[in-house]
Amino acid sequence: MADFSLRVNGSDRKVSVAPETPLLWVLRDTLQLTGTKFGCGAGLCGACTVHVEGAATRSCSTPVSQVAGKNITTIEGLSANSQHPLQLAWIAEEVPQCGYCQSGQIMAAAALLAKTPNPSEEQINTMMAANICRCGTYERIRRAIQRVAGGAR
Amino acid sequence: MSGLSRREFVAAGVAAGAGLVIGFYLPHGSKGERNEVFSPNAYLKITPENNVIVVVPRSEMGQGVRTSLPMILAEELEADWKQIQVEQAGASTLFGDQTTGGSASVRTTWDPMRKAGAAAREMLISAAALEWGVPRVACKAQYGAVLHEASNRHASYGDLATKAATLQVPTDVPLKTPKDYKIVGKPIPRLDTPTKVNGSAEYGLDFHAPEMKFAVLARCPVFGGKVASFDDKESRKISGVSYVGKIGESSIAVVADSVWSAMEGRRVLQVSWDEGQNKDLNTAMVMDSLRQGATKKGVTLYSTGDLGKVSGRRIEAAYELPFMAHAAMEPGNATAHFQGSKCEVWAPTQVPQDIRDSVAQAVGVDPDNVKVHVQLMGGGFGRRLEHDYGVEAAQVSKAINGPVKVIWTREDDMRNSTYRPASHHKLSAVLDGQGWPVAFNHRLVAPSISAQKGQPGEGGIDPDLKDEAALIYSFPNALVEYIATETPVPLGWMRSVYALQVGFANECFIDELATAAGKDPLAYRLHLLAKDEDIKYFDATWKTARMRGVLQMAADKAGWGKPLPAGHYHGIACFGCFSTYCAQVVELSMDGDQPRIHHVVGAIDCGQVINPNILEQQIQGGVIYGLTNALRAKITIEKGRVVQGNFDDYAPIRMNEIPKVEGYFVDSTEPPTGAGEPPIPPLAPAICNAIYAATKKRIRALPILS
Repeated sequence: MADFSLRVNGSDRKVSVAPETPLLWVLRDTLQLTGTKFGCGAGLCGACTVHVEGAATRSCSTPVSQVAGKNITTIEGLSANSQHPLQLAWIAEEVPQCGYCQSGQIMAAAALLAKTPNPSEEQINTMMAANICRCGTYERIRRAIQRVAGGAR
Repeated sequence: MSGLSRREFVAAGVAAGAGLVIGFYLPHGSKGERNEVFSPNAYLKITPENNVIVVVPRSEMGQGVRTSLPMILAEELEADWKQIQVEQAGASTLFGDQTTGGSASVRTTWDPMRKAGAAAREMLISAAALEWGVPRVACKAQYGAVLHEASNRHASYGDLATKAATLQVPTDVPLKTPKDYKIVGKPIPRLDTPTKVNGSAEYGLDFHAPEMKFAVLARCPVFGGKVASFDDKESRKISGVSYVGKIGESSIAVVADSVWSAMEGRRVLQVSWDEGQNKDLNTAMVMDSLRQGATKKGVTLYSTGDLGKVSGRRIEAAYELPFMAHAAMEPGNATAHFQGSKCEVWAPTQVPQDIRDSVAQAVGVDPDNVKVHVQLMGGGFGRRLEHDYGVEAAQVSKAINGPVKVIWTREDDMRNSTYRPASHHKLSAVLDGQGWPVAFNHRLVAPSISAQKGQPGEGGIDPDLKDEAALIYSFPNALVEYIATETPVPLGWMRSVYALQVGFANECFIDELATAAGKDPLAYRLHLLAKDEDIKYFDATWKTARMRGVLQMAADKAGWGKPLPAGHYHGIACFGCFSTYCAQVVELSMDGDQPRIHHVVGAIDCGQVINPNILEQQIQGGVIYGLTNALRAKITIEKGRVVQGNFDDYAPIRMNEIPKVEGYFVDSTEPPTGAGEPPIPPLAPAICNAIYAATKKRIRALPILS
C-alpha cells in the first residue's frame, strides 16, 4: 500500500492503494466515480477511457502510480451540468442503447476533438475504432461527433 | 400470509386466473383509512402531488423498455408524457412471467399495459364527474387531466387520485383506436439518454452497498470439472484479501475490500482441478457429432405435402455454424446480502424471478424472503437469462456473512459463458422443369438449450424452435426436421437464438436454388411468396403477404437490380421470427477474399410500432451485432475449455468496419411483435449471397472470416 495524490476532475484526492492498482479501480472503488466502466481489463475495448493531461487513456491498464500528480478527467468531470457539446450531441442523436460503453466513447471523442476540431470521417473512424459498442451505436456516435465538429467549432 | 401483501396476493390470484394483471383495487389499509396513492393496478401509481409513475415489469438492457412500455400505458391513460416517471419492478408476483427475452417485452405487455392505462383513465374521469356532480360522458381526459368543457372545470390526475382510489376498477374498458394515438408511434426521445451521457446511470456493476466486499471466483476451466484442492497461502498475503473459500463444487471465491485485491488474490491462488470427463473435448468432436446427427431422421417441426412423391432435379447443400458468445460490454456481476433467513440481491438480470427462486434454493431461504432488485444492464443479448452470477453472489455473501459484489472479468465472461449452440444443417430440394422447388427439406442438427437445462420440450422439440424455425415460403412439399444432439458445452440463448442458424441455412440455400434455376434471387423468393397464404407453424400463423411486403420494401429501398458502382454486389435474404418479418439487402465489394460491407438496407414488419426511434436503434444495432456473428464470432473448444478470452481473439465489429445501415418499417396497426432479434438472421445469408454474386463462390459455414 502507498499513498498517492491525484487530481481528479479538478479536485485533489488522496488515496492509499497498492501502487500497481489500475486507475480504473481507484476511480470506481476508492473514489466512487463509477461513470468510468470496466469492459475488458486489457486496453481492448475503451469502456474505461479517461483523460490524463487531456489525452485519452485506458484507465484499466494504467497503474495509479503512473498518474500521481497528473490531471485526470472522468466522464463526471467532462463538463459542468452535462453541457459538453458532445454530451448534447449524444442526446440530440439519441446515441445510447444500453449506454454502458458511452462514457468511454464520449471521453475518446472529446480527446479527439480537442486535438482535431474538424476530423475527417476517416480520422473519426481511426480514433473511435479503439472503442467497442456491442449494441452497435457506431453510426449515431459518428453522427454526434460530426454534429459537434461541424458546429460552433 | 407468507411474504405476499394482501394486495399482491389478490392481484397474483387475478393474474393466475385471467392471464394478466388488472383486477380490482384493494385498499392498502383498514376501512376508512385515506388512500394516498391511486394505484388501480401494479403498473401505475398516481400521487396527490401529481406524480404519475409507471412501473416497468421488464428489464432494461438497451432495448428501450423503460421508455417504450411507459408510452403504451401513457397513451391509454391520456397522460401528459412530460410528467411520466418510471419505476423498475423487481422480482414480483404481480406481473406474470417477467423474463426479458424472446423479443417479447412489447408484445406481451401491449395488452395489459394498455388496459391498465385505460382502466385508470376511466376511473379518473368517474372521479371528476362525481366530484363535480356532472355526467361522466360530459367529461374527457387529456394531457394528464380531466376536463368538463361546459363548466370549464379542469382537474389534474393528482387532484383526482384520492377520489379515484375509492372507486372500483372497471373491467371491459374501451381502448383507443390507432388513429387517435398521440404517444404510441411517435419518435419520443428515450427517457434514459441523459443519464447515459454523464456517467450517472447506475448499472449492476456500479451498485454500492455499505460495508460491501468484492469477490472474484476461480472457476474450473474445463466444462463440468471440479476443485480437487487449493492452496490460498499466497492469496491471503495480498493486502485486502479477507476470505478464500470453495463455492459449490467447481469454484473458489476470493473476497477482498477492493476489486483489484480480489483479482490479485485470485492470480496467485494455487488450484488443482479435477478436470473430469470432458478434458479432451474439442471443436472437431462437436462438429463430428453434429454431422453424425444429420444421418438420422429427426422429429418433424413442419411438414406439408409428401417429399416422396416428387421427382426432378435434386440440389443439396450442408451448412455449419460455430458456438458463439454474447460478450455484452458489462461483464457478469451481482451484489448480494445474505442475512440468515433472508437475502437481498441487486442483479443486472433478464430473469428476476429465476434469480429469486435459484438464490432461495442455493442459500436455503424461502423465495418470498429473497428480494431481487433489477439493475440496469450493460447489454444482455440473452446472457443475463442465466442466474449464475446472482446465485454466486448469494453463496459468497452467505459464506462471508456480509454484503458482497461478485465481478466477472472479461475472460471469466468469455470462458464460463453459455454459448449459442453450434449447428449443422442438411438441406435438399427438388426443382421442376422451370427451376421452381417442388420439394424442400431442412434437417437441422443442434443441441437443445432447453434440454440441457433439464426442460426438454414436448416431443423433444426445443421450445425456441417454435419461434425461430418457421419456413415462410409456399412449397407444395416441405419437411423441416430437428435432430437434437448432446454436448457438455454450456448452452444459452443468444440474440435471435436458433433463428440465426436456421435463417442462415434456409436463405443461403434458397439463393443456391435461384442460381440453379437461373433466376434472380429476389424474383425467386417473390415467386415463392406470390400467393397470399397463411402458413401455420406450431401456434403461429405466418402470412406470405407480409414477408413479400418486407422483401419488396428492402429491395425497392436498396435499388435491387439497378446498376451499382463497379465491383459492388447485392445480396438479399429474408426471415421471420418472434412473429416479425424482416428482409435485408447487403451491398459489398471484395478486397481479395475479404468482403467489405458498404450498405445494409433493412425492412421490418413488426406490427404497430411503438417508437420508431427505438426501432431504428434495434435495426441498426441488430445489423452490427449480426455482422460480428457473420464475420468473426467463433468460440472454439480445446482440451475441454474455451480458447478465446478477450476482445482480441473474439473481436467485435468496430467503427472503422461498419456499413451504412438504413432501416425501414411497414406502417401497420397489427398488434406489435418482436423487434430486438428479427433484424439479426437475414444479415449473414444476405452477405454470403452477395459474396456469391461477387465471386461465384458459396460460403456455407460461419464465420465468414475464419
